[in-house]
Amino acid sequence: MISIDWYLALSAVLFCIGIIGVLIRKNAIVIFMCVELMLNAVNLSLLSFSSYHGNVDGQILVFFSLAVAAAEAVVGLAIIIAIFRNNLSVDVSRINLLRW
Amino acid sequence: MISYIFIFLAILAVASALAVVISRNTVNSALFLVLTMVALAGVYLLLQAQFVAVIQVIVYAGAIMVLFLFVIMLLNLDAEKSLFNKLRVKYFVAFIFGVAVLAQILYSMGTVSNMLPEISPQMAQIGTVEAIGDVLFKEYILPFHIVALLLTAAATGALLIAQHTINPVTEKND
Amino acid sequence: MNYLHDLSTFLPGIIVGVAGLIVVLIDCYKDDYKGIVGLTIASLTAALAISIMDLFGPTGESFYGMISYGGVAAFGNTVILFGTLFCVLISYEYLEAIDHNFGEVYAMILFATTGMLGLASANNLVMIFLGLETMSICLYVLAGIIKERKTGAEAALKYFLLGAFSTGFLLYGMALLYGATGSLDIQEIAQAASSDLLFVAGGGLLLVGFFFKVSAVPFHMWTPDVYEGTPTTLTAYMSTASKSAAFIAFITIVSRLLPEGTADWSQVLQVIAIATMILGNIIALVQDNIKRMLAYSSIAHAGYLLVGLAAATPEGYSAVLYYLLAYTIMNIGAFGVVAYYERQHGLDLLDINNYAGLGFKRPMMAVMLSIFLFSLAGIPGFVGFVGKYYVFAAAIHADLIGLAIVGVLASAASVYYYLRPMVFMYMREAHKDIPLVKSGWMFKGSLIVLTILTIYFGIAPADLSHLLSSYYSGDWIAQTLIP
Repeated sequence: MISIDWYLALSAVLFCIGIIGVLIRKNAIVIFMCVELMLNAVNLSLLSFSSYHGNVDGQILVFFSLAVAAAEAVVGLAIIIAIFRNNLSVDVSRINLLRW
Repeated sequence: MISYIFIFLAILAVASALAVVISRNTVNSALFLVLTMVALAGVYLLLQAQFVAVIQVIVYAGAIMVLFLFVIMLLNLDAEKSLFNKLRVKYFVAFIFGVAVLAQILYSMGTVSNMLPEISPQMAQIGTVEAIGDVLFKEYILPFHIVALLLTAAATGALLIAQHTINPVTEKND
Repeated sequence: MNYLHDLSTFLPGIIVGVAGLIVVLIDCYKDDYKGIVGLTIASLTAALAISIMDLFGPTGESFYGMISYGGVAAFGNTVILFGTLFCVLISYEYLEAIDHNFGEVYAMILFATTGMLGLASANNLVMIFLGLETMSICLYVLAGIIKERKTGAEAALKYFLLGAFSTGFLLYGMALLYGATGSLDIQEIAQAASSDLLFVAGGGLLLVGFFFKVSAVPFHMWTPDVYEGTPTTLTAYMSTASKSAAFIAFITIVSRLLPEGTADWSQVLQVIAIATMILGNIIALVQDNIKRMLAYSSIAHAGYLLVGLAAATPEGYSAVLYYLLAYTIMNIGAFGVVAYYERQHGLDLLDINNYAGLGFKRPMMAVMLSIFLFSLAGIPGFVGFVGKYYVFAAAIHADLIGLAIVGVLASAASVYYYLRPMVFMYMREAHKDIPLVKSGWMFKGSLIVLTILTIYFGIAPADLSHLLSSYYSGDWIAQTLIP
């Protein structure tokens, strides 16, 4: 039997890989994939808490977070297509993301 | 036995997550993300959450990632010459920030294993489609409706943004 | 549970959501914008009327404790629907003028409003998450509807990437709270709360997610660019209705989810409030683009609202509710007049220098803009002053004197940049002859109503503030904690 620590640690590590990916990559699609990675990591946390509590609520939240991720993917990829049409690039460093 | 499977899946998930961040080709990133998600679905099975494991493969690896690959191929992006942002300082900040969050989260988890020593025996009943459907259509009926609206809204909004313009706008000075 | 009764408690949300679906259907078959706008306005008016009646109705929970109704939730619904209604009223003409009057825009507004209503009435973390995401995803789309222009698409991308990033933190916060307490229901979490590190970390991550949504410093980076790239009337919608919804959920979280004693939550809010007020006001001082100026002013207003939350008293929470209504009224008005001036094609009327001499060309619009800006600056006699007074008074009564002093000083500094457009309008000569178009009755009428409300609630605030404090009167925490 594995204790819950291991699941949570795996989830935390994946979450942080996601954070670092979002902060250092400059391709908008890869940034978005890293966000999906973060959401997956959170889902793992929720599921492990749900299993160890023996409580179904966590799984329901995972279900909804999957649906939200799907909706977000649809809208996000549409936005990425729109911006690609505008400047033929999905490079966020050209989009000037941090401006006063 | 379960420990070995877990270690295998965990290493697979972490390694392919790292590969998502560092691979030069966007298609490779997407495929490694699929691998992470499938590995996580395996972990969900270890947690006895069968239903979520199945929809993880169908919805995430199946639908969402196919959408990603479709867009990547539609845009026909070249492999990037310089992978990361130029600013070296930003790397450093990102790394510090990530490690700080990791450390805080791991630190805060210190007491959990005493509180929740092992997978609850009820999980055999809870993880099934039947049990989840029961709760979903009773207690969570309102969120379920709202998710339906959200998906409709997302599809409509994506059409609005991604379609070509019907009536071109007079050019304005930016 | 009686399903019909439960539906009746969420009637405003259902009306608005169904209207959104009908708009999508109509839009598929007909390019009938008049009909779509008429339906949108009718449904919002009906929902607003119902939620105003709910203000005086019974309170309770429905849908197995998913949402609460009456009281604060009803007031939140009223503010959100009021803001949405006026934004739609001023949007029609503006979107027509910039050739972006698509039927889908109204559908997105209606769907986003449904999410906001769910968020304002939420009583469960699942509802908070879904309400917030429904609202945000629709707003990402609305930010990008001028996709032919670079600023529009960039605004949408920036909003979307940072928004999705913050969703990760929000959801992780919820996961840790769930892990610490084994429940997603707000009452049950509050009862099982402890000063366990897991609980504190979860609460902290949840707050980070919310700080992003209400654009508090240092999570405000997206605000100016997004506000600049979005069509002006939709910016008004984004900055008022969505902020109201997020703040009402924020009140729910601070007042009911995170009990005192688990950690010093008020301290966190104070620090963020001070940073937000100071930075928002200082950067607004140097803006020449009036939309960016209003964006930084909206950051500063989020700071004043956080002062009320940091007070963590019933008085503070009811002050925040009053402030939200005040902010909605005056901010939609200000953005409305700016949208009117901006509509002149071929001229960048967002630059403050181009406001020179406009005061005498269209006296009524100029007077209304002056009133809204005076109110935003917190000059006595207008609704903005009353809101600020209540918030700072609550902070002083909660012994947060330093916080109140910083707030008053920041708000005094803000008078400078709010007065600047007026100086340009009335005291400078016009550069060139600017042809100003006439505005329609709907646009003008709604701005006049907003002006009247700005003055009315500024002179006679007592009735409303009595109503709001009655929601928190007596043993309100005990009332909300016992199901």
